[in-house]
Amino acid sequence: MNEKATEHRTVTIEREFPHSAEKIWRALTQPHLIEEWLMKNDFKPAIGHRFNLRGDWGGVLDCEVLAVEPHTTLSYRWDFAHDDAAYDLKSVVTFTLVPTETGTRLRVEQSGFRPDQKQAYGGAKAGWPQFLEKLEQVLTREG
Amino acid sequence: MTDFHDALFRSLADPTRRALFERLCREGEKTVGALTAQAGISQPAVSKHLGILKLAGLVRDRHEGRQTHYSAQLDALAPLVDWTSEMTRFWQGRMDNLEDLLKRMDQ
Repeated sequence: MNEKATEHRTVTIEREFPHSAEKIWRALTQPHLIEEWLMKNDFKPAIGHRFNLRGDWGGVLDCEVLAVEPHTTLSYRWDFAHDDAAYDLKSVVTFTLVPTETGTRLRVEQSGFRPDQKQAYGGAKAGWPQFLEKLEQVLTREG
Repeated sequence: MTDFHDALFRSLADPTRRALFERLCREGEKTVGALTAQAGISQPAVSKHLGILKLAGLVRDRHEGRQTHYSAQLDALAPLVDWTSEMTRFWQGRMDNLEDLLKRMDQ
């Protein structure tokens, strides 16, 4: 493992949707639509715009728009301030849209985790009972 | 790492064991007798389940006189809640939401 890999980790999710990039772009950039699939927010698709994402669990993420290329790329800072450094998160989320034959492939990449951060903001805030519920869902899925 | 996860998942896949573990998480250290009183199964069965949880590192036992006390070891779950796996699950869930939303936007 090289030095960079030990300093930062990246989560990458890809999903193909049978929808146009233009339509997915709207879901990624219009506040009332963002709220429906992600969190409550005061997002604006303008570089430098600072906004918050507010989670159901009461946590507030500090965000700043870093890149906006309509129908192609959206990137913003995704920070979660916490007094305990182990829970403090500074990361960048990048959405990339690539047209395919049948629709659009959306890649979500989140980078910036440090290996010493052992708990995600969700785990840290929600605590163990919720975690165990999630674990149960995972177990059900894994069959 | 995967083997370790398998052991954890297997040990928690049984609802009785999961209930025992969750109770120890919530209520702290308990004797086998106290756990048996509410588990609805025999003491040997409870002891067997606790043995499996112990092998997975999820509980620790402490002997005091004739009693054995068990306590939950939350650290054993730490590998399952690191940032990357947690956020991967988070985004997968959000992608499901997005998929639903995009379908609704058609109408």
